Amino acid sequence: MDDQRGDGSGGLGASARAADAGPSRTFDTQRPGPTAHGEPAASSSSVSAAVPEAPPDAPLSRFRHGKRLTLERYLQDLPFADRPPSPQRYHTGKIPNTKTGDGKPRLLLMGQRRSGKSSISSVVFNKLAPSETLYLETTHRIHKESMHSFMDFQVWDLPAHIDYSDPAFDTEDIFSDISALIWVIDAQDEYYDAIQRLNTTILRLQESHPSIIIAVFVHKVDGLSEDYRTDTFRDIVQRVQDELCDAGFENAPVNFYQTSIYDHSIFEAFSKVIQKLIPELPSLEALLDALCASCRIEKAYLFDVLSKIYVATDTSPTDIGSYEICSDYIDVVVDISEIYGWERDEAEAAAEADDGGAVGDSGNKDAESLITMEKHGNNYLYLREINKYLALICIMGEDSATERKALIDYNVRVFQEALNRVFSR
Amino acid sequence: MSSVKRQKQRKVLLMGKSGAGKSSMRSIVFSNYVAKDVRRLAATIDVEHSNIKFMGNLTLNLWDCGGQDGFVENYLTHQRSHVFSSVAVLIFVFDIESREPHTDVVNYSNIIRALQEWSPSAKVFCLIHKMDLVQASRRAQTFEERTEYIRSASEGFRDTVEFYPTSIWDQSLYKAWTQVIYFLIPNASTIENLLEMLAEVIDARELILYERTTCLMVTHVTRGVEASNPYIDRFERISSILKTHKQSLAKHTGIPAGSANFAELQIKTGRFMFFITRLTENTNLAVTIPPSEHVFNAARVNIALARPRFADLDIGNRKRPVDADS
Repeated sequence: MDDQRGDGSGGLGASARAADAGPSRTFDTQRPGPTAHGEPAASSSSVSAAVPEAPPDAPLSRFRHGKRLTLERYLQDLPFADRPPSPQRYHTGKIPNTKTGDGKPRLLLMGQRRSGKSSISSVVFNKLAPSETLYLETTHRIHKESMHSFMDFQVWDLPAHIDYSDPAFDTEDIFSDISALIWVIDAQDEYYDAIQRLNTTILRLQESHPSIIIAVFVHKVDGLSEDYRTDTFRDIVQRVQDELCDAGFENAPVNFYQTSIYDHSIFEAFSKVIQKLIPELPSLEALLDALCASCRIEKAYLFDVLSKIYVATDTSPTDIGSYEICSDYIDVVVDISEIYGWERDEAEAAAEADDGGAVGDSGNKDAESLITMEKHGNNYLYLREINKYLALICIMGEDSATERKALIDYNVRVFQEALNRVFSR
Repeated sequence: MSSVKRQKQRKVLLMGKSGAGKSSMRSIVFSNYVAKDVRRLAATIDVEHSNIKFMGNLTLNLWDCGGQDGFVENYLTHQRSHVFSSVAVLIFVFDIESREPHTDVVNYSNIIRALQEWSPSAKVFCLIHKMDLVQASRRAQTFEERTEYIRSASEGFRDTVEFYPTSIWDQSLYKAWTQVIYFLIPNASTIENLLEMLAEVIDARELILYERTTCLMVTHVTRGVEASNPYIDRFERISSILKTHKQSLAKHTGIPAGSANFAELQIKTGRFMFFITRLTENTNLAVTIPPSEHVFNAARVNIALARPRFADLDIGNRKRPVDADS
């Protein structure tokens, strides 16, 4: 009955869980707290930024212990996520042919002016509300942003007015073999010039950096009607492919996505682009497939919690609906975790432990969540924190019964171990 | 029978200038609208009635009164006794961005006078709406000024009237409505006592009882360390989070938002455990407990055992078998 995938040690869920609760992950260092720097005055502002609702007279000591840092703690540190004290503490996905030093994969956002490049990067990576992007200023110089997540990558927002074909311009500095070029086309605007420039760029890159990944975002499609949207999209795809073909470059590896910052499509498109930069993707997909088969999971996603980009999913067909529900579900778990995951005073917590028996014997270090539906009858959504960046989210099939929760837990545990081995470094 | 019914029904008047946002508010709180969908709403003609069931023994009889001058004139003259008699709560909505705040207040005092005549024991809540349109830094001051001005026109309700700043774009809406609901619940203290006992038994940090369809909090019990939770607005936040999630579930499962309810939601982390489960026909209970698997399981069993006692609080449920016999 038990599906033993990988080479699970074969113990029951409880023993596997106890083994995993070891001190493998302590990340109290991520946040520049008073203990780390010993400057209460300097750090008080940063602490209150992390917990916006903290009353001004709250004792700082409450924030002192960052030992059992799980999902919620990490998320409260969100403002610091993009500028850690020492980047080398963050692991990178092992990319073959990585150049030493600045070997992070790059996402290059390019396109005509006012096509929405800065809006995209603000919404996806800085969690700006889509309506606020109206107030963004024009980008005048290359805007670089580092993301420290399951893998480190940089997002470069390139202003449109620079002529990259100018021989005086050092393209080596911008393009590298381990990067993805995202070309943003405004679907509500005239796009002939954009296509022209896109093709010039592709052809140039084809000579210098043939392995670069190219994606075209047909952006702002939210403003178009359903029919017109498909027509526009098809027209753009056709034009780009035709022109590349005429230039003697057939079957160009260019992917096209319809995107909008007002719904989840931009996240989905980013997910697909980033997945191309992950060399371990096939192994991840195989693992997820095995998990789905053994637990009758309809759809499983491996999410990067911070950016809501999914790193991998099983190989069954994806639809935007299941992405949306999973992404909203993360919001619920994160928001509630934020409310109740505040750091309690250790003494009081200990007093509580005396009343209520030994607290902390649960072995439940990783966040876990489950939603059971009334009408659906059964388990419906399942979330498990895999490591500090990743969470596994599953939409359960119709017939996965509640009593098999233990089996699911066990299989997910095995999956987690296998995943840690894939990402071992 | 009719006396029981009257006891159960509480009449709530929702009034204010045309375009102030009364129907928008009502659609979001009671009809599962998303904030951006309210622009589809048309002007309310005359009065729209809706009944909302809370806790079985409480039914809100909500009168959404169209705010155009012609209708208001009508309420104050021909329908005066019909509209203003046996009112439990008057909710008056002020638009903070109104061009003629003085006229609004004049209208308000006319209505207050009519209310005093027909239901002197009613409670008045004033919602200063569309606060999102005011600059964040000036909000508190603007609210304070407006409050003072309106209070001076409140006549007999001067000392009891309550003011809340609201906006449909954040959780402030839920904060205000939670206060309204709490006022209307006839046996709030009984429920609270029972909840406190339950919290003691299951060793909970916090219990939140909320209504299923609106996600409005009925009451809550906080114990021990949780009292120093830095998030003092957490109840409204949870209402708002759950409401949003309900919409997303509805969208995905294809079930209408009114009935897209989860049977249970669990969140377990190293710092706390949280779950939401059904308590009575119309209410859910959100429970926060220390992170311990056995406390968690015991709490679930105990809540299941406590359900009949909470169901007993519902007058409606107790009367029903008697009616069937007669």
